[in-house]
Amino acid sequence: MKKFQSNVPESETLEDKWTEYRSRMPLVAPNNKRNIEVIVVGTGLAGASAAATLGELGYQVKAFCFHDSPRRAHSIAAQGGINAAKNYQNDGDSVYRLFYDTVKGGDYRSREANVHRLAEVSRNIIDQCVAQGVPFAREYGGNLANRSFGGVQVSRTFYARGQTGQQLLIGAYSALSRQISLGNVVMYNRHEMLDLVVVEGKARGIIARNLLTGQLERYGAHAVVLATGGYGNVFYLSTNAMGSNVTAGWVSHKRGAYFANPCYCQIHPTCIPVSGDYQSKLTLMSESLRNDGRVWVPKHKKDVEALRAGKMKPTELSEEDRDYYLERIYPAFGNLVPRDVASRAAKYRCDDGYGVGSTGLAVYLDFAAAILRYGKSAATSQNLVNPSDEKIKELGRAVVEKKYGNLFEMYEKITGEDPYKTPMRIFPAVHYTMGGIWVDYNLETSIPGLFATGESNFSDHGANRLGASALMQGLADGYFVLPYTIGVFLSKEIRTPKISTDTPEFEEAQNNVQTKINKLLSINGTRSVESYHRELGVDIMWQYCGMARNAEGLKIGREKVRALREDFWKNVYVPHSDKDGHEFNPELEKALRVADFFELAELMMVDANDRKESCGGHFRDEYATAEGEAERNDKDYAYVSAWEYNGLDDDPILHKEKLEFKDIELKTRSYK
Amino acid sequence: MAHENIKVNLYVWRQNGPNDPNAGIKVYSDLEINTHMSFLEMLDVLNTHIIENKDKYPEGPVAFEHDCREGICGACSLVINGRPHGPMQGTTTCQLHMRHFNNGDNIYIEPFKAKAFPMIKDLVVDRSSFDKIIQAGGYISVNTGGTPDGNAVPVPQDVSSEAMDAAACIGCGACVAACPNASAMLFTSAKVSHLGLLPQGKTEAAIRVKRMVSQMDNEGFGLCSNVGACEADCPKEISINNIARMNRAYISSTFTNDH
Ligand SMILES: Cc1cc2nc3c(=O)[nH]c(=O)nc-3n(C[C@H](O)[C@H](O)[C@H](O)COP(=O)(O)OP(=O)(O)OC[C@H]3O[C@@H](n4cnc5c(N)ncnc54)[C@H](O)[C@@H]3O)c2cc1C
Ligand code: SF4
Ligand code: FES
Repeated sequence: MKKFQSNVPESETLEDKWTEYRSRMPLVAPNNKRNIEVIVVGTGLAGASAAATLGELGYQVKAFCFHDSPRRAHSIAAQGGINAAKNYQNDGDSVYRLFYDTVKGGDYRSREANVHRLAEVSRNIIDQCVAQGVPFAREYGGNLANRSFGGVQVSRTFYARGQTGQQLLIGAYSALSRQISLGNVVMYNRHEMLDLVVVEGKARGIIARNLLTGQLERYGAHAVVLATGGYGNVFYLSTNAMGSNVTAGWVSHKRGAYFANPCYCQIHPTCIPVSGDYQSKLTLMSESLRNDGRVWVPKHKKDVEALRAGKMKPTELSEEDRDYYLERIYPAFGNLVPRDVASRAAKYRCDDGYGVGSTGLAVYLDFAAAILRYGKSAATSQNLVNPSDEKIKELGRAVVEKKYGNLFEMYEKITGEDPYKTPMRIFPAVHYTMGGIWVDYNLETSIPGLFATGESNFSDHGANRLGASALMQGLADGYFVLPYTIGVFLSKEIRTPKISTDTPEFEEAQNNVQTKINKLLSINGTRSVESYHRELGVDIMWQYCGMARNAEGLKIGREKVRALREDFWKNVYVPHSDKDGHEFNPELEKALRVADFFELAELMMVDANDRKESCGGHFRDEYATAEGEAERNDKDYAYVSAWEYNGLDDDPILHKEKLEFKDIELKTRSYK
Repeated sequence: MAHENIKVNLYVWRQNGPNDPNAGIKVYSDLEINTHMSFLEMLDVLNTHIIENKDKYPEGPVAFEHDCREGICGACSLVINGRPHGPMQGTTTCQLHMRHFNNGDNIYIEPFKAKAFPMIKDLVVDRSSFDKIIQAGGYISVNTGGTPDGNAVPVPQDVSSEAMDAAACIGCGACVAACPNASAMLFTSAKVSHLGLLPQGKTEAAIRVKRMVSQMDNEGFGLCSNVGACEADCPKEISINNIARMNRAYISSTFTNDH
């Protein structure tokens, strides 16, 4: 039986909900925990933290990842930082403010109670990570340092140079490694979940492909936790790691888990632009750069042409001939407006013909002013009298280098240009997916016993995620929420014996996967998996379901997705030497993932079409003000769209979870 | 930056599984590529070419590991013209761009070879021995919850920065591939330093170093004879000083009792 209730606990106030719920929650006694098995799929921030904590609590955990080591999960790539309502800077931050910023930043499309809980536990995360040895940046006095991130006016972001995700993941990985060495967690590297096994309505196991041998293996447990990341790679080009995919979530969806808000995708404003059609991925330049970088395009078309043709350098353009459009349109937040707003503004400039770079699809992010400003202040603090311009630049460069050195280096490696001397060229790119598997307050999906955490769930970010809050959510879910809330389900399972995998349900699921593999391998067509993926992502999804969408495009897009999917199943060529896939075969891994992206892509078009409003990362041309700002429709669309799978040929079924805002007044977001 | 097309000849190590008797270098000549591509995008182009001409290339596409393609996950490897991660200092293979190569270049591409990194296929090897070293003690023994406030223990900026330098290791294994003894000292010492430098990690420092070093030996990594090739080829420029620091810690740990 599907369950579809938010299960938000009743309490007098929002502040009391989590605390009261936790103290009332049914517990599993330690002697019973030892007999209960939990599968955790994914060992990024959300999964590694959950697996480690469940192991510490005494559950028998089996953890899975498709990587060769948990340390390689996509979380490792996060650069900028992690938010927490510590108010260490004494700048007026609080749990309420973080909660408020997140709900507002998400354009009022998230569940209040979940977000408040997230803001509460954010503080514990920092303590936990420090204790694990995460080398966060420090002030001179030895206290933790903070910086500010887009969409907020306080400094609450903790960071470890430009490698925050890496350091947090290494922390979670080390906690996980400790539990592995203690025997509480068994780790299955290079294992990819390809189906979910549901027994009598409850999630009881998975079918995983051992990527080294290609054999399908059955694993049973009392409950299954998905922590399998986001689906941004449906667009082919994105800032996600090459292997990130939707498969675990999608096969669960086909087994009955509702998929929520699939159309909410975040397009990040500061990425290195596409340079050619051989391109395999896009590289993010951390949002923290917008603290010091100024975004601009030329004011005049003639300068645009000269720049594109390489007849003029951006540094040669005088101040009055530049349009610092974010500062002009949004004076209150300037370059620090939220991501969706910044991305759209860049798109409009380029649509209007003001884009720079050889493709015309780029804007400048300029550090010249910051270098001068920091240089002057360094000269003053060093008591230099009448320093030369050269000296000021040198001092300023040193400050900028200290803050963003590795990002500047990365930019130079990729583009061959020196961003200390010439402005960076940036353009928006797909970055994060707010949509995902629908979960209730317990992080339980519509299939009892199946949980989803981190980016894989539909999350706390509503229609748009603020910077530095995905790491926060992943770790909140894994360390401080799921290990408690899973007990609500498991406390009723203490009499359930070990789950046998020798049952018809496991048999059926394994056959299902094997049939799919055999089918893919038997097509023996002519086109590579890669070429299908690129066409799906670049030519269809980005075109019709990207930064701006409209009813007509979504209709065409859906048809194109279907047609290409049919072609894929007729013409794809998956190289192999074993017809059953019983070998190490990266092309087959890719093919299985792309096959699922095709099905998800169609659902995204359906969802985007259903949502006849503009909110956060979802922008509909038809629902915009004259100035091009998003027009939300709270009367008709203040709901979560949770889609039920209904076969490939029929339309999915929409279930609406109405969003109620008791603590926050719904306002038009304004960053002006 | 001008886009330029060049042709290169690739000499690629092909091996179908650990015991392939026909393992060896195969030549792919005159591959046309763009100098703006990354090295891995060049391999993508090669693989697409192989897949689209399946009759000509029965060996199928080249297997290689990669994920983030931005120099942070540590998945990519490759010995390029004799050097792990190729010719550029402080650069992973995925960040290496073809503008550093010339028209007509012969490029040799081989896997990271070491006894403790068993061969899987072509350019893919098994580096899970690194996980085993971490499991032996590369952590601070704290459970979730009940930790003191983040600012309870101040950490001097230079200490945290030095710990961060060591923590920047991406676990790629280039240090092992570069070392004539296939030693994992740079990798292990980076973790020992990262945790041992911080006040939070000091309590367990002695037992940590003992366990990690002994696991390193068990996994079949060689001994360190101070060649320094590891530091030279490490894409994160992890300093060889970490090895000296670990040696000191190891010697002093032998005076404490294991428990
Ligand atoms: C370039 C970049 C920079 C970012 N910077 C920031 C930042 O500064 N601050 C911030 O808050 N957020 C940032 N984000 C977002 C953030 O990094 C991610 O949202 C977050 O790390 C996701 O964590 P996760 O644990 O949910 O998933 P992931 O880290 O993606 O982990 C997924 C795990 O699932 C496994 N897996 C997936 N499918 C399967 C399967 N079928 N079978 C077995 N295993 C499977 C994988 O092996 C992996 O272990 C950034 C994202 C990107 C792309
Ligand atoms: S020390 Fe350097 S070369 Fe060795 S694993 Fe770490 S990053 Fe790679
Ligand atoms: S692919 Fe991640 S470091 Fe190279």
